[in-house]
Amino acid sequence: MTIVYTIAALVALGLFFAIVLYFVAQKFKVHEDPRIGEVESLLPGANCGGCGNAGCRAFAEKVVAADDMAAFFCPVGGNEVMAKIAATLGKEAVEKAPMVAVVRCQGSPDKCQKINQYDGASSCRVAASLYAGDTGCKWGCIGLGDCVNACEFGGVSLDPVTRQVSIDYSMCTGCGGCARSCPHHVIELRPRGPRGRRVYVSCVNQDKGAVTRKACTAGCIGCGKCVKVCPFEAITVENNLAYIDYTKCKGCGKCAAECPVQAIVATPIEK
Amino acid sequence: MKKTFAMGGVHPKDSKLARKSAIEDLPLPATVAISMAQHLGAPATPVVAVGDKVKVGQVIAEPSGFVSARVHSSVSGTVKAIEPRTDLAGNLIPHVVIDVEGDEWLPEIDRTPDFKGDLTLSAEQILARIKDAGIVGLGGAAFPTHIKLSPPPGKTAEVLILNGTECEPYITSDDRIMREHPDEIAMGAKIMMKALGVGRCFIGIEENKPEAIAAMRIATIRFGGLVVVPLKKKYPQGGEKQLIDAIIGRRVPSMGLPIDTGAVVQNVGTSLAVYEAVQKNKPLIDNIVTVTGKCLPAQKNFRVRVGVPYSYLLEAVGGAPAKASKFISGGPMMGKAIRNLEATTQKATSSLLVLTEAETKRRAEGPCIRCGKCADACPMGLQPFLLNKLMRLNRTDEMEQEKIFDCIECGCCLYTCPANIPLLDYIRVGKADVMKIMRSRKK
Repeated sequence: MTIVYTIAALVALGLFFAIVLYFVAQKFKVHEDPRIGEVESLLPGANCGGCGNAGCRAFAEKVVAADDMAAFFCPVGGNEVMAKIAATLGKEAVEKAPMVAVVRCQGSPDKCQKINQYDGASSCRVAASLYAGDTGCKWGCIGLGDCVNACEFGGVSLDPVTRQVSIDYSMCTGCGGCARSCPHHVIELRPRGPRGRRVYVSCVNQDKGAVTRKACTAGCIGCGKCVKVCPFEAITVENNLAYIDYTKCKGCGKCAAECPVQAIVATPIEK
Repeated sequence: MKKTFAMGGVHPKDSKLARKSAIEDLPLPATVAISMAQHLGAPATPVVAVGDKVKVGQVIAEPSGFVSARVHSSVSGTVKAIEPRTDLAGNLIPHVVIDVEGDEWLPEIDRTPDFKGDLTLSAEQILARIKDAGIVGLGGAAFPTHIKLSPPPGKTAEVLILNGTECEPYITSDDRIMREHPDEIAMGAKIMMKALGVGRCFIGIEENKPEAIAAMRIATIRFGGLVVVPLKKKYPQGGEKQLIDAIIGRRVPSMGLPIDTGAVVQNVGTSLAVYEAVQKNKPLIDNIVTVTGKCLPAQKNFRVRVGVPYSYLLEAVGGAPAKASKFISGGPMMGKAIRNLEATTQKATSSLLVLTEAETKRRAEGPCIRCGKCADACPMGLQPFLLNKLMRLNRTDEMEQEKIFDCIECGCCLYTCPANIPLLDYIRVGKADVMKIMRSRKK
């Protein structure tokens, strides 16, 4: 008989708690739009913050709540993911050109001589807050690798010998994490370009030509030869530094051939 | 029992190598380059043109804002150029470059060594003279003195504190002026007391300077209201907040100003400059700079005109040996490394310290073992290990809750860390981030 009482008592207790739990669950029910979960599962899930939100979940919440998707774009997922999200939500997605990060500095030690030794904390932000850097150029890459740590996709690497930052374009998602982490704003986001063709000035030095030349042999001296040779008026020289407007540049590469210091980089066309 | 501040602090070896060397006048260099940003606040605007003849003490730049100070020519000669030149950190700052020709002073400057003890000017006249003389705080921060001597509305000064602690190792410039010019410093204090309208003044001096304490005690007998307070040796006693705590036992509230405790702190060097400006009509054109370091052939204290290159200072003690690897303007704890020895001295330059690689090499950074030494050493009661971690994770709001803005950047945490973690380096960056956010919030 004991076993029957025991089972009956447990069943009764179980039923009682089930009823309590049912009412509690009804009382504290949180309604969540099921589409948030759906959108989140479509997103890459890297939580990189490239869209400007705290993570993929926050992006999903905002995009579901918004009437218009114009202000939302996931740089990592790109147009493909945005189209899927748009289809799920029945909204219209905006097409954007895929971006890629480019490093605008070529000051390796053979071109840009070290004039002192930095011995403080191994962080670009710390070094930039302390002084003008260990080379004659106070504008360029510091080479302590804040961008390497910032990249969630393993796309940025630092050469241990030359202290030069290079970006693996196959890994780069264009989230902009590295660009935000760079205290000297050396890294810029530019469109990937048709078949990977990009032409950009790989220098951020705004010193006068003579000062730049003394500090680094690969630095833009602001001579303006590229401006004259450009058939599309895409190049401007401001503060002794040339800049190529990517909305106007057609990627012909004439400027790169003309540049006396080889500061303009033209990436080869991918096959 | 001698007084000191209550919380934290460290005891670095004081290494006052140049304390036996009397102040010498540094011979004039061939050219000086006078920086337009020698003070906290807006850089001054040059009022001379290239080719102008200037005399010692002539105004060459006027202040360009409320927090700014006048700049005077420290030499006589011709203005050669007004151009941007790199300062000791490598940043381009406008400089007035003057070719030295002779040593002709403005006639109104009293250059006699006689002591002038009579003061007939009113408080307003004193402040005007201090402002005209371009005096800034010579303790290191170079805050314009006339602003510090005019408390903001609603706040009143009760007491003046003279800072003769010189808690930074190696530096001996304040020690020497207290020993050689005690009467002038005491008179400077009297002048500032009149400007502030206070009746009391404490002069805080650390116990490792017994001659200075004795000299200042004798000087204060002549003047009423001045008391010399010998202090226990502890770094960073010369910090404004620490000195107020040590002498009058009051704490500056978080985010508050020292004036909230009723105290105004001035460096003894500033006091001497105030005396010279008010009684002798001499603007701030020179200061005492200690050139020191174990590796140097000699360690000396010089009276240096503003705008002399650091390399020239080194030559004056016989040049730096080949093994010298680090040059610091200021002391080893808070001084700034010099990137460019052609950079020139400023009004608030207190020392040129030369160290060898063996003395400065940082050991490899290890993991934090949560020993809490940095929290014990922090004179502001912060938790440096936590702030360092939060900064590396970019958690700005939590840094603000942990009062990162209270950090005085004294470097005690970094000095005491057994794992050699560059705590202060990271905290300084985090502090700048938090301050930026707090300022943007105010707007």
